[in-house]
Amino acid sequence: MLNRREAVRRLLADRGDMLVVAGLGQPCYDCFAAGDDPRSFYLWGAMGGAVPTGLGLALAQPERRVLVVTGDGDALMSVGAFATVGAEAPENLAICILDNERYGETGGQVTHTARGADLAAMAAAGGVRQARTVRTEAELTDAIGALRSGAGPLVAVLKVAPESQPGALPPQDGPHLKRRFRSAALGVEDR
Amino acid sequence: MDDWRDRIFEAIKAAGVTQVAYVPDAGHSRLIERSIEDNDLRAVSLTTEEEGVALLAGAWLGGARGVLLLQSSGVGNCVNMLSLARTCAFPLVMLVTMRGEWGEFNSWQKPMGMTTQAHLELCGAACYRCDRPEDVRETVETAFRFAYYTNSITAVLLGQRLIGAKVFEEPEAC
Repeated sequence: MLNRREAVRRLLADRGDMLVVAGLGQPCYDCFAAGDDPRSFYLWGAMGGAVPTGLGLALAQPERRVLVVTGDGDALMSVGAFATVGAEAPENLAICILDNERYGETGGQVTHTARGADLAAMAAAGGVRQARTVRTEAELTDAIGALRSGAGPLVAVLKVAPESQPGALPPQDGPHLKRRFRSAALGVEDR
Repeated sequence: MDDWRDRIFEAIKAAGVTQVAYVPDAGHSRLIERSIEDNDLRAVSLTTEEEGVALLAGAWLGGARGVLLLQSSGVGNCVNMLSLARTCAFPLVMLVTMRGEWGEFNSWQKPMGMTTQAHLELCGAACYRCDRPEDVRETVETAFRFAYYTNSITAVLLGQRLIGAKVFEEPEAC
């Protein structure tokens, strides 16, 4: 089992101009703990929204790398979005799913990935052909390279340990998160 | 022939839209076809309507304007995802073709159709109804201005009286 904080820290280290969408709960905290950046958009709700938000961003900014970092619960709720990503096939979109097989925010109830569901297979069946499950450190090193610069769309499901992590709460103010993202990513200053 | 569906397309183009998120819909079929054919538009077919709410939030983060095409039944699917647009004040224009009202034959369309506007307003959306073809262009243009000037969710409800109620032959209807 991989350590989620360490995996995300490596994934986001020296991130360049990569744009990041973080799914609600632990993935947000992991991304914030790796180092806050105005080009990280943290979802504090809207479960099931991380993958389609990343898709809209990737289609709007085809020359930029877009990385979605989310959890197995969020991904299971929007599993149809894999088919939309597969159909649109943006080469600049990478999706990292931190799969602890638990709903971490609600008491650690097991998700379907603990009971036979295979998110990488579901993504591949939806048309995201480059989909893999990552269990070892060697596989993680390879997956980080693919997530950061491999031709997309691609999905990497990281099997991470379910232990709790130190608190790391990103900003919660939605308009602030939106404005700072657009300012840093696009250079536009919204009213 | 002058067609109000073309007026919607013109309003979308005039508003600077580049992403058209849609679910298949008879009322929007001409608009969808024209969007797919237009090289400056990305027409994104969704598996469910709430995907479009998130998709267009991402589009705006990336500097692109969009529009979501859906039916009144799909408004129900959007309810929680609209919290993303509302909490972050994302501009969002939804063009909703109505069922379950004027001339409806299918009782299963009534629960959402008769409460579409109430649902949207509870979610913080401004709603503009449109039942006459001559009002379509101005209504859609106004919706875009309102959404993008005030960072709001704005829905245009295209009434069944405008679209034409779906007609089934009697044997199928019984």
